[in-house]
Amino acid sequence: MAKGESITQWNKSGDTSTLRNRKSFPTSAPNTPVSKGQSCPTGNDAQSSNGTSAQFSSRLSDRHMCTVLLVLVVGLSFSTRLYKITEPPHVCWDETHFGKMGSYYINRTFFFDVHPPLGKMLIGLAGYMTGYDGTFPFMKPGDKYEHHNYWGMRGFCAVLGSLLPIFAYLIVLELSRSETAALIAASLLIFDTGCITISQYILLDPILMFFIMAAVLSMVKFNQQVYRPFSASWWLWLVLTGVNLAGALGVKFVGLFVILLVGLNTVWDLWRLLGDLSLSLVDIAKHFLARVVGLILFPLFFYVTVFAIHFVVLNKSGPGDGFFSSAFQSRLIGNNLHNASMPEYLAYGSTITVKNLRIAGGYLHSHWHLYPEGVGARQQQVTAYLHKDYNNLWLVHRQNSNESQSPTPDLVRHGDIIRLEHKETTRNLHSHLHEAPLTKKHFQVTGYGNNGTGDANDLWQVEVCGGQKGDLVKVLRSKVRFLHRATGCVLYSSGKTLPKWGWEQVEVTCSPYLKETPSSQWNIEDHINPKLPNISLSVLKPHFLEILLESHIVMIRGNSGLKPKDNEMNSKPWHWPINYQGLRFSGVNETEYRVYLLGNPVLWWMNLASLGLYLIMVAVASVALQRGFSLSQKRKEHSHVLMRGGGLLLLGWLLHYAPFYTMGRVLYYHHYFPAMLFSSMLTGITLDILLKSADLLLRPPYSDWLQRAGQLVLLFTVLHSFYLFHPLSYGMTGPLAHEPGSSMAGLKWMDSWEF
Amino acid sequence: MLQLPLVVTAQVDLVLVLVSLLAFWTRLSRLSYPNAVVFDEVYYGQFVSLYMKRVFFIDDSGPPLGHMILAFGAYLGGFDGNFLWNRIGADYPSSVSVWSLRLLPALCGSLCVPLVYLLTLELNFSHLAALGAALLLLLENSLIVQSRFMLLESVLIFFVLLAFLSYLRFHNAPNSSWSRFSWLLLSGASCAAAVGVKYMGVFSYLLLLGVASLHTWNLIGDHTVSHCVCRFMCLVVVPVLLYVFWFYIHLGLLSHSGPHDQLMSSAFQASLQGGLSRITQGQPLEVAYGSQVTLRSSASQPIPCWLHSHRANYPVRYENGRGSSHQQQVTCYPFKDVNNWWIIKDPGKQKLVVGSPPQPVRHGDVIQLVHGMTSRFLNSHDVAAPMSPHAQEVSGYIDFNVSMAAQNLWRVHISNREAESDVWKTILSEVRLVHVNTSAVLKLSGVSLPDWGFRQLEVVAEKLFKGHSSVLGWTVEEHRYGTSQEQKEREAELHSPTHIDIDRKMSFWAKFLELQWKMLTVKQEDSEHKYSSSPLEWITMETNIAYWLHSSTNAQIHLIGNPVSWGVANLSLLAYQLLAAVYLVRRRRGIKDLPDAVWCRFSCLGCVCVGGWVVNFVPFLLMEKTLFLYHYLPALCYLYVLSPALLEHAHTHLLSSAIQRQALGVCVSAVLLTVFLSYRNFCPLTYGSPELSANQLQGLRWRETWDILYRHR
Repeated sequence: MAKGESITQWNKSGDTSTLRNRKSFPTSAPNTPVSKGQSCPTGNDAQSSNGTSAQFSSRLSDRHMCTVLLVLVVGLSFSTRLYKITEPPHVCWDETHFGKMGSYYINRTFFFDVHPPLGKMLIGLAGYMTGYDGTFPFMKPGDKYEHHNYWGMRGFCAVLGSLLPIFAYLIVLELSRSETAALIAASLLIFDTGCITISQYILLDPILMFFIMAAVLSMVKFNQQVYRPFSASWWLWLVLTGVNLAGALGVKFVGLFVILLVGLNTVWDLWRLLGDLSLSLVDIAKHFLARVVGLILFPLFFYVTVFAIHFVVLNKSGPGDGFFSSAFQSRLIGNNLHNASMPEYLAYGSTITVKNLRIAGGYLHSHWHLYPEGVGARQQQVTAYLHKDYNNLWLVHRQNSNESQSPTPDLVRHGDIIRLEHKETTRNLHSHLHEAPLTKKHFQVTGYGNNGTGDANDLWQVEVCGGQKGDLVKVLRSKVRFLHRATGCVLYSSGKTLPKWGWEQVEVTCSPYLKETPSSQWNIEDHINPKLPNISLSVLKPHFLEILLESHIVMIRGNSGLKPKDNEMNSKPWHWPINYQGLRFSGVNETEYRVYLLGNPVLWWMNLASLGLYLIMVAVASVALQRGFSLSQKRKEHSHVLMRGGGLLLLGWLLHYAPFYTMGRVLYYHHYFPAMLFSSMLTGITLDILLKSADLLLRPPYSDWLQRAGQLVLLFTVLHSFYLFHPLSYGMTGPLAHEPGSSMAGLKWMDSWEF
Repeated sequence: MLQLPLVVTAQVDLVLVLVSLLAFWTRLSRLSYPNAVVFDEVYYGQFVSLYMKRVFFIDDSGPPLGHMILAFGAYLGGFDGNFLWNRIGADYPSSVSVWSLRLLPALCGSLCVPLVYLLTLELNFSHLAALGAALLLLLENSLIVQSRFMLLESVLIFFVLLAFLSYLRFHNAPNSSWSRFSWLLLSGASCAAAVGVKYMGVFSYLLLLGVASLHTWNLIGDHTVSHCVCRFMCLVVVPVLLYVFWFYIHLGLLSHSGPHDQLMSSAFQASLQGGLSRITQGQPLEVAYGSQVTLRSSASQPIPCWLHSHRANYPVRYENGRGSSHQQQVTCYPFKDVNNWWIIKDPGKQKLVVGSPPQPVRHGDVIQLVHGMTSRFLNSHDVAAPMSPHAQEVSGYIDFNVSMAAQNLWRVHISNREAESDVWKTILSEVRLVHVNTSAVLKLSGVSLPDWGFRQLEVVAEKLFKGHSSVLGWTVEEHRYGTSQEQKEREAELHSPTHIDIDRKMSFWAKFLELQWKMLTVKQEDSEHKYSSSPLEWITMETNIAYWLHSSTNAQIHLIGNPVSWGVANLSLLAYQLLAAVYLVRRRRGIKDLPDAVWCRFSCLGCVCVGGWVVNFVPFLLMEKTLFLYHYLPALCYLYVLSPALLEHAHTHLLSSAIQRQALGVCVSAVLLTVFLSYRNFCPLTYGSPELSANQLQGLRWRETWDILYRHR
């Protein structure tokens, strides 16, 4: 905070107003020009050569000061996060998912999750390195860990979480060149109970936020290298940005937002280079290609590698099999398609399962339930179902039901007319001219008839895609279409989830549009016919890129399938910045050890107020500039920091917050944390400049006092509010907050907080 | 003094007059054919009828101005509202003046053509370009279809175009004239009207605001700031006030209670004539000990209902094997019923009548609730509720002597006591009933009970400290002071209707805010429609909508655009973006292809036309409602302004030699000719006559995905 009375020296260069590296000086030498000055934390730049000895000594003390501050931030950050890391010694909240998935990696069992694998892989790795053996079941929140080594996974997340305030410090320092601003931003994060809580458990969020902040930091450092293109440090920061972007995306798809931020920054950068007429087109092309390599190709490679490791490590059949195609399943040891053996060609009289070829399409399924009234004809439901089930079995019959008595059954050929009978309920696959339940343009598909007798609407023509009349239907290999004889429509899986009456399975319809799409193509997965010899079938092993694409589509489907349930109170994006409601991590009752994820309300509301303040300050500054008022140099520098540095952070906040308004999936409070990091950094810059503008109100000696007093009040507020709310993170026992005698008595400022 | 001679000089743009006449002819001729309900007329028609009868309704599809315009047309034609809008294709009786119902949208649709002509001129392009734009709009089959029926898109397009035209008039007018501010005012008013017709208008309004603030921003640097405030008034304050004004008229017109009453709060309902106000008129205001009340849940989801109990107990065991208390059921029942009556009892006293003077119940008081017909006390205890096992069961207490003591004390918590008062008031107060023993709150869980509960809604008590939620609130709706101590008399009293007289007023602002909030939050079950489509299908017109089919012949009307103009529009959109990108990059490298004035004109064209297309198209990609092809029409109109202007730009600035220019001229004429031919080709589907044979219809099915109907003979 010693920079209160210092004046920063800005070098502007050429036509662009981009900042160069610059230097803080004490008031004793305010006007000494220095070329390419150097701020302390970026120790990798060359020393300036023309400083006087006085400057040199002041630089030394500056450097010393900076190191002290940085060490302070590091120390506080790590100690707040690692304190009581093993408490409570039971499974908290989503640890039940992510801890379990870490175990899956250690056990090498295949699973399905809506997030990309990197985060869980790192958790698994951390557990493996610290002696966790993958045997703890992580059944439900509240299970005791007992002798299992869980501290390693928690500690890993906490270490990554501890790096966030440090990154914030460095980013703000880089953007504003003011230690005060950086310190404000870092202390907001260090003493935020929400940030502490979310860093202390086995969750994806600390890992995600680590990559996001690391990417932003590298990007800001890279921007700073603008006058030394293609130097080693330029390349280093470029590549680091790329790696961290890939990391962020590899943990959660929320990483896309930071990619967008970096992308916009890069586009802006390229646009600036394009306007620099001193650069030839070749130079610009070089710049462009370097960014393509560093920010697109290299991260892509890294991201794909993560998936490759994921598929190599997880090679045993597990709970996630049914979500994937037949070909995919054949890779997994223990799956029934791994080294499968069954009759090669589809025959009459066989029992089969039919799987849709759309990615994440299910098995053709029926069950003892009727379509409800008002939804087409009140006949038995036919759906697509993602899990393996005996209700997925169908019998193949001839059009006229007299089976041939020959010892070897006849094979089904392209163009044959068949009847599919549901094995369990003996209803025939049937369609008619009623609207399908969800896709109103299609016809309804039902189960009809009894014991195999139905009507003419039960007849389907088999077509092998790309085949000719008379071709045989290969199990697993052939893509088959089922054309309805009476109406000419084709059996189709729309991918839409049926409401509750359909058990949230996927709709199956008969589409009158005969375009060939995977939705209307099916393959025969299981094929049981005792009269035919089983032949060992090698399923075509899928190409790696196919697996990659498939797993992405399955993840995206899964993500959009996470719809809010009706009776659950779900969190809305507008709740988040006002800290409306937190999340219970552990414990409900008075006797339990309770941890509640809630941001430090004082800090969060300060962030919110600062956002408004920032907008006002920018509006005032830009109107003043537009009107052409003559401003002092200092004022101009301030508005520049506000607009460039603050603008970048505001954009980051918007990109990490606004998209949630358009999302249909279920949302949680912790989705706001990445945005909150940006908001805190913006607060640092805003408040710092606000305090530095104290001389608008008072004359010099008093304005300095005001500034100093403001900083002290701020520091006190942060520390005191942390003292008040720290039990939220470090655990509360005893009575609830609305009862007397609680450690949180009188602090339940909003009715919606549940502690 | 009069100056003589008195001379009037008028310049008449004959081309403009001609296209206007053609527009009127294409849009207005044979307007009353078909004499049957066409497509969404069935939807808007019901609201028109309700306006005619002045019955309150709530429609979440858009603000009321559009409906009012349609109703105004109906009013002019003497429509009395007596027509049952129940299916598409139903014939209008002779008493309905179909012509007048469809007149106003058709007029708006026709006026779009001259508006586009003038808009092109205001964008500083030539009369030829203006003529081109007008012709494209004139010969667009989908716009014609959409204008000729009682639908709102043409009205929306009209106001949006008018807003842009008048804003550009204002912008282009010389700085000195003060009359130009009347153009600005008109622009603001048109914006308000556009937003008032359909919410989609908001996006065009925002675009206009964006363009205007850009212009104003440049003015700020100009040091002659004086009319920034004036711009703000005209473009922000006036539209907002006008928007509220539409609601003022709307609420002023609709003063009778109607089918949608139940979605609104009790206070709102009481302000409507008939319905609830007939029942609640003259009720005592303050709830007192001994009051007989019905308690309505504040939640309107899944259905409005009243706290209810009846002589039936919870089953001893549920289907899933869990046990219950076997006490009397308490439910929420969506119909008026004598079993909805409850009596408020002072726990300290025995009597169930109101003392004199009545002792009002206040916030924080502890009460008991006695069911009027069965005299059971409202009770809750630590037994899992039937459908929501995490919550407590609520029952009418029956003592089975199984050491389950009665826990029938409830604390009254008035959640809006700051706005109203500490005293529990009929209709106005929203009350939570907090169970004293367990501090759980009486709550409507919204789940239907199975058959044993007669499919009524489940009521539970749940311990929770979550802020405001409407499922926890209850309001007293019907209310009277009880006078009879004996059970028999009381039953008779409960069966008798309530009546006395006082008037309850609700301020306009409270009504406006409630109505607006409900309109934005009421969600109708979105399901796919046979003709619904996704936004990406619109660009290539993969989809159509069958509007009407003659009841016996093959004559039919479809919403199908003119495929040739559609293609021209898409091409010009693409071409503009490519061209703009090239220009931008070259300018950035210091190569100025265009003089500054031309560049300014070119970018202004992009802001209005491409920007207009974007704001009217992209939001649909993010929407989760049922969408139709006609939602694309506003965006399409912008492209029709863009195409000819872009051609003119190419003609003057890109083509250098005379031969190239002649070639362009020939091409343009050829394209215009094909536009006309394709318009002629699709005319039978646009106007519904003449009837075509199945083969001819087959020939018109240019895309496989179009649904054209064939009648089997």
